[in-house]
Amino acid sequence: MAEKIKARVMDARKIKRALHRMATEIIERNRDLSSLVIVGIRTRGIYLGKRVSSMIKELENIKIPVGVLDITLYRDDFSELEAQHMVKKTEIDFSVVDKDILLVDDVLFTGRTIRAAMDSLIDLGRPKSIQLFILIDRGHRELPIRADYVGKFLPTSKREIVQVHLKEIDETDEVLITEPVDTT
Amino acid sequence: MRLLIKNGRVIDPASHVDETLDILIDRGKITEIKPKIEGDGTKIIDASRLVVAPGFIDMHAHLREPGQEEKETIKTGSLAAAKGGFTSIACMPNTAPVNDSRGVTELIISEAKRNAVVNILPIAAVTRGLRGEEITDMADLRDAGAIAFSDDGHPIENSLVMRRALEYSRLLDVPIIDHCEDRNLSAEGIMHEGKTSLKLGIKAIPASSEEILVARDIILAKETRAKVHIAHLSVKGAVDLLKFAKQQDTKITAEITPHHLFLTDASLESFDTNLKVNPPLRSEQDVEALIDAIREGWIDTFATDHAPHTPDEKDVELDKAPFGINGLETAVPLLLDKLVNKNILPLDKFIAMISTIPAKILGLKNKGKISVGADADLTILKLQKEVIIDTSRFLSKSRNSPFHGWKLKGAPVMTIVGGKIVYS
Amino acid sequence: MPFDHKHLLGIEFLPKKDILTILDTAESFVEISTREVKKVPILRGKTIINLFFEPSTRTRSSFELAAKRLSADIINFNRQFSSVVKGETLKDTVLNLESMQSDALIIRHNCPGVPHYISTFCRSHVINAGDGAHEHPTQALLDAFTIRQQKKKLEGLKILIVGDILHSRVARSNIFLLSKMGAEIACVGPPALLPEEFKEFGIACDYDLDRAIQGADVIMMLRIQSERQQKNLFPSLREYKDIFSLTPKRFRRAKRNAIIMHPGPINRGVEISADLADSAKSVILRQVENGIAVRMAVLYLLLGGKERETTD
Repeated sequence: MAEKIKARVMDARKIKRALHRMATEIIERNRDLSSLVIVGIRTRGIYLGKRVSSMIKELENIKIPVGVLDITLYRDDFSELEAQHMVKKTEIDFSVVDKDILLVDDVLFTGRTIRAAMDSLIDLGRPKSIQLFILIDRGHRELPIRADYVGKFLPTSKREIVQVHLKEIDETDEVLITEPVDTT
Repeated sequence: MRLLIKNGRVIDPASHVDETLDILIDRGKITEIKPKIEGDGTKIIDASRLVVAPGFIDMHAHLREPGQEEKETIKTGSLAAAKGGFTSIACMPNTAPVNDSRGVTELIISEAKRNAVVNILPIAAVTRGLRGEEITDMADLRDAGAIAFSDDGHPIENSLVMRRALEYSRLLDVPIIDHCEDRNLSAEGIMHEGKTSLKLGIKAIPASSEEILVARDIILAKETRAKVHIAHLSVKGAVDLLKFAKQQDTKITAEITPHHLFLTDASLESFDTNLKVNPPLRSEQDVEALIDAIREGWIDTFATDHAPHTPDEKDVELDKAPFGINGLETAVPLLLDKLVNKNILPLDKFIAMISTIPAKILGLKNKGKISVGADADLTILKLQKEVIIDTSRFLSKSRNSPFHGWKLKGAPVMTIVGGKIVYS
Repeated sequence: MPFDHKHLLGIEFLPKKDILTILDTAESFVEISTREVKKVPILRGKTIINLFFEPSTRTRSSFELAAKRLSADIINFNRQFSSVVKGETLKDTVLNLESMQSDALIIRHNCPGVPHYISTFCRSHVINAGDGAHEHPTQALLDAFTIRQQKKKLEGLKILIVGDILHSRVARSNIFLLSKMGAEIACVGPPALLPEEFKEFGIACDYDLDRAIQGADVIMMLRIQSERQQKNLFPSLREYKDIFSLTPKRFRRAKRNAIIMHPGPINRGVEISADLADSAKSVILRQVENGIAVRMAVLYLLLGGKERETTD
């Protein structure tokens, strides 16, 4: 299915500013940064997590470890997927027990991904807390989940698609709203 | 009851006739053969553009009665034969009880008289209970109506027993039909030993299992001067041995089944139990050798080895399925399509192999020919008729054919036995 | 890469790309077994039946753990408790079990083609856990996974398979798989257990272990069963050992970093000397460990999220 771009809602500068603000909020909210760990949800949550980690390093000179979470095996929406998701590795080489986890993803939509991620994290051990870090909150929640840190609230229609591009894998930093075009 | 067959292309290999002729039948015999016979009130069959041949004879069928009537009966087997173009079929003795005594032979004959639509020719056992130990009362069985002897399904493994049987058979001038298989070599084999069996890991039957017994039978046939008929020849090595034997002073004859000609072991990749048969489907090289042997005239006859088994018996894992292919209703279309219509075998040679020669091997004096005074057993063919094999329409009680769905050109359209139309 | 198969019946007809998908997926599953909670919920609610008509502990348990680590429900059905011994046909047995709403059947049977046969009439996914001497696809996959783990590649490796090739489903599946991956395969064994026609599958057949082992990267020893001796396929275990056993002396002729594999259960001191089996060169226990991840990958790829329900 083809899609057309409806709006470019963030560019590199805006993304950087938002992440900076959120990094500051994280520092304010977590008095003891030594128990903070970051877990990025594949794929773009990883890069956002790494960026935030290095921003905190600049501000507070403390290194927050970043792990990678693949939530494929915890999804509840398989029947709706056309093709099968490839399972990729979960790479969290630190213990999550008694840690304050900053769970990072690019877009918060139905909340199902976050539900799966939390289940997965809790299976890895008992964290002290989980805080949710989201670049774009586009609404339409199906589960009672809300983010602790939000880069931008972006009201959308269900039909629209929010695409976050990060230069680590997409060449450029931007957030787009697109819409599928019926080619039939 | 008179019947007049008009305008057919009459082919009679026995008299080397191949021309358009009318045939008059009266009271089960052929009474007149002429270019033009007037009908005056008799029933007339228009055979224009059809081939009229002496009735086809299958030397090798398993009719399962008595004892395994769920697979086939003499009646259903004869209906299948008639549909397949056969006017006479010889039935193997591995029934329950085994046909090794006068009582069983008579039972088969009387059952055939009551219910069969084609001639049923019982083959009696060579040894009691097919155990390969003591030979049967062959003269008594012959008097009761057995036309040949065989332990088919089992080889006569003990060479001395085989020799004694052959010696004794000379007294009666009947053939002994041997199923050539060295059971020590074939053991628990399921399919031909070759690339496919290696790939599939299926227990295999080597070609040598057949070759060794064919070689032995040739040697014994030479020594005893008896009539030996090799059942279902299937490997190249056995063909070579047969050629050797036929150049010697022996009375060896041999048959080949359609399934050994038109299928190979490679088909077992489907694990279809309908392909499980003994002797097993062989390699492509074997098939080529068999076809060459037919072309060169080394093979005497075709036989179906019709071996019906119920759908339930075949709907199991390969190891558990019984051996055997249902053949009466597919043999003639297969042979016409693959050999005659493909110009591998001339039509008159084909008719000789499936009628004239088996009649001679079995000593049937009034069959296998179209001549005045001969039995009015006729098979009428349409060479251009297209058929699709459909096992659900078999007249046989069983359905175990691997040829289901095959499109073939050439088929029998009418079968006449003793002057009676038994299939059309 | 979508994995579009309903069943796993064998390696022979499995394309290379799908083999790679299974191996790559298995990489991701290794980590789960190292967690404190060795379980993920992806196959929750799925019912899997282990249908073993032949004794097996290792393969059955490996599948069982794989299924459980994916949260599936799995039951074991063994021949000795079944109605098969009471004369029930295989088809009836399977249909009866399937009526308990199974999603997958894992089949082991001593007759080649049984998983294929079952797949022709049943609704569930069928996984071949060994059919006679035909195939044992998950064993070959876990072997390939283990080799790749140790050697970082499969292509171009020299693989030696030693023993009763004729009766070995492990050998067959490995031959199919490793040759697809571009490995160079040689087999060694007594002639009756290694017919030369095996060469037609693109492998080398040798009868001299000392020669064939030279330069090998991987040596796969097969279990030798003593009942073969009763059929004269070789004269005695003593003589078999002399000619075909992997000893330290023979092993020194292989590549310096060669590894030793065995599908188990091993006959210590028969096909392989005990000290070699326990040495650092042996990856036999790794194979068992990897078996779980590979079987998890297979179960996931066949059962996970492939049901396309109509959503509108």
